[in-house]
Amino acid sequence: MKSNVCKLLSTAAVAAAISTGAAAGTLDDVKAKGFVQCGVSQGVPGFSNADDKGNWTGIDVDVCRAVAAAIFGDAQKVKFTPLSAKERFTALQSGEIDILSRNTTWTYTRDVSLGLDFTATNFYDGQGFMVRKDLGVESALDLDGATVCTEQGTTTELNMADFFRKHNMSYVPVVVQKADEAVSAYDSGRCDVYTTDKSGLAAHRTKLKNPSNNIILPETISKEPLGPVVRHGDNQWKDLVTWVMYVQVNAEEMGITSKNVAKVKADAKDPGIRRLLGAEGNMGDSLGLNADWAYNVIAEVGNYGEEFERNLGKDTALNLPRAINNLWNNGGIMYAPPVR
Amino acid sequence: MSNIKNTPSNKSFLNDAGNRSLIFQIILLAVVVFVGYYLFSNLQANLDNRGISTGFSFLNEPAGFPILIHLVSYTEASTYGRAFLVALINTFVISLLGIILATIIGVVMGLARLSKNWLVARLATVYIETLRNIPLLLQMFFWYFAVLAALPVPRNSYEFADFLLNKRGIYSPNPIAQDGFGLVIIGFIVSLALAIGVIVWAKKRQTRTGLWFPAYWSALGIIIAVTFLFFAAAGFPLEFDLPQKSRFNVTGGMVLPPEFVAVLVALSTYTGAFIAEIVRAGILSVNWGQTEAARSLGLRDSMTQRLIVLPQALRVIIPPLTSQYLNLAKNSSLGAAIAYPELVAVIMGTTLNQTGQAIETIGLCMLVYGSLSLSISLFMNWYNKKMSLIER
Repeated sequence: MKSNVCKLLSTAAVAAAISTGAAAGTLDDVKAKGFVQCGVSQGVPGFSNADDKGNWTGIDVDVCRAVAAAIFGDAQKVKFTPLSAKERFTALQSGEIDILSRNTTWTYTRDVSLGLDFTATNFYDGQGFMVRKDLGVESALDLDGATVCTEQGTTTELNMADFFRKHNMSYVPVVVQKADEAVSAYDSGRCDVYTTDKSGLAAHRTKLKNPSNNIILPETISKEPLGPVVRHGDNQWKDLVTWVMYVQVNAEEMGITSKNVAKVKADAKDPGIRRLLGAEGNMGDSLGLNADWAYNVIAEVGNYGEEFERNLGKDTALNLPRAINNLWNNGGIMYAPPVR
Repeated sequence: MSNIKNTPSNKSFLNDAGNRSLIFQIILLAVVVFVGYYLFSNLQANLDNRGISTGFSFLNEPAGFPILIHLVSYTEASTYGRAFLVALINTFVISLLGIILATIIGVVMGLARLSKNWLVARLATVYIETLRNIPLLLQMFFWYFAVLAALPVPRNSYEFADFLLNKRGIYSPNPIAQDGFGLVIIGFIVSLALAIGVIVWAKKRQTRTGLWFPAYWSALGIIIAVTFLFFAAAGFPLEFDLPQKSRFNVTGGMVLPPEFVAVLVALSTYTGAFIAEIVRAGILSVNWGQTEAARSLGLRDSMTQRLIVLPQALRVIIPPLTSQYLNLAKNSSLGAAIAYPELVAVIMGTTLNQTGQAIETIGLCMLVYGSLSLSISLFMNWYNKKMSLIER
């Protein structure tokens, strides 16, 4: 009996020793398992949405596809985990996913106290209000006394409260657990107003019974820089995700698209472009990647502008203008540090 | 086998049954403590490694978010601790009202299913079988969205006297106590004392003489009459704040929001269906001879049920009824799905999202549901003991 107790204790001690070692090398893990595990939303058209065959599309999905293209040269080597707003950080903290790319707002508290790191912004958004046309409201400042629907587990609840308090207006909050039910409640007339990020308003408006009967008010009441998130403390992985996104923005600036990238790589005289596309030297080495990683990202997923037009632009149901998300030299604030 | 002897040489320390069981218990305790300590220290180490802040100090921070239904004063400037209290009260209120309503529905439906009236019995069967077999969450969505779809927008509210009914809820006049309302409260207390006196007197008289007196109806009459007398004497010190239609909503008055109504209806009809079956089983468990005996003594049917059958049926009913009450209290957490601001919605939803304190907030919720269920359980065990057959 004595020996059994010893065995038990020693087994427990070994188990303790094994499980306290936290894994830091996300890139090595990803290379070993052969795919990127990507946390996305449960369905926001244009950002991350699955079709009836289970294919994910959207600008947030493309972030993960671009990372997979950089590592494996194959944008399809991604597996998706749909997450609710309140599950998302726990899933990332616990290592269930490698990247959280789920229209997540970059805020101080999230960055410094949740054990997370924000990489770069792939969509500059802001919170707005949607109302029915027949209400005759033209400005958010006319909303005194209104009933407002929103969903839980986002930054919108706090923004909404701050906005109404700041303007000394009263309101009735109806906070529903999931976005779909919040939109249904608004659509059924429980609320006068539905509030979330403006891109979300445009996306959800397409699902309403009568989309053209609803308008988005002009006011933007908050800054919502959305972008992918990684775990705190793995700098190599953070650098990788960040620079995959920067490369896409730089590619748009240089006029490199998924269609002409092969030709540009073959013909380019500009040493900057040759270095970027791996025709000269090895820029990927210090990230733990191959020399042609940036080439693969652009060839497989495209530059930032292509990504935007494909998922959110004029030819989509969302029909969002580039506006603030245009390049810095084109009237927007999309700006990436140079690759050299 | 043949030479079992109580030789002292066999009585070593480890061969003693008492000592052995003691040693095993100490080992078990040590393992439990070690595993618990190991899990806790591992958690601490991992939280530290990832730079996640811990502790309950966030409860003193301002919450900043609004809550739809609050029975104690609450604004966006209140703390997370206050928000927790508001959510806690909302959970308690919906559980308590749900338990009361579900019990009433359950008893009525259980009796109806046993009714000799064919139509009544079949209707009760249909109700019970339908509601027991549809998931509760679906029923909540049904009530919420069905009610919302059926009612008009605030501008076209249904009006009955000073009551308004629309998609935003049921609006009623809000009574506001004026000077001298204290007298009415005193009157109510006096009437309550008188009513209790009548009930005690009637019981004593019945034990002594066997004569029956309608004590409960008289008590109710006394409470209403005496309170009204005091109310009139004080000069009717009550005014009403009437609901008014305004630009978006109805302002003034008291409101019962559709979220609250939907959760309450869903919880009480769903649990009521289960309770109906428990009541039916309890009544069927009482021997038919008891009813025959009561009738041969000349008791009316209602008295037979109330005085002979139900008290005996209760012994069978109470234990499974307790688990239904526990289910109802825990199921109230589904209200989060349709915007009823109870514990899961406010603490595990908004607070968790804003502070990121997953372990603390979920721990708090587990603690509350654990103690809520345990107190229901303790109360019902006490009641069960009181009602059980005292054998002489």
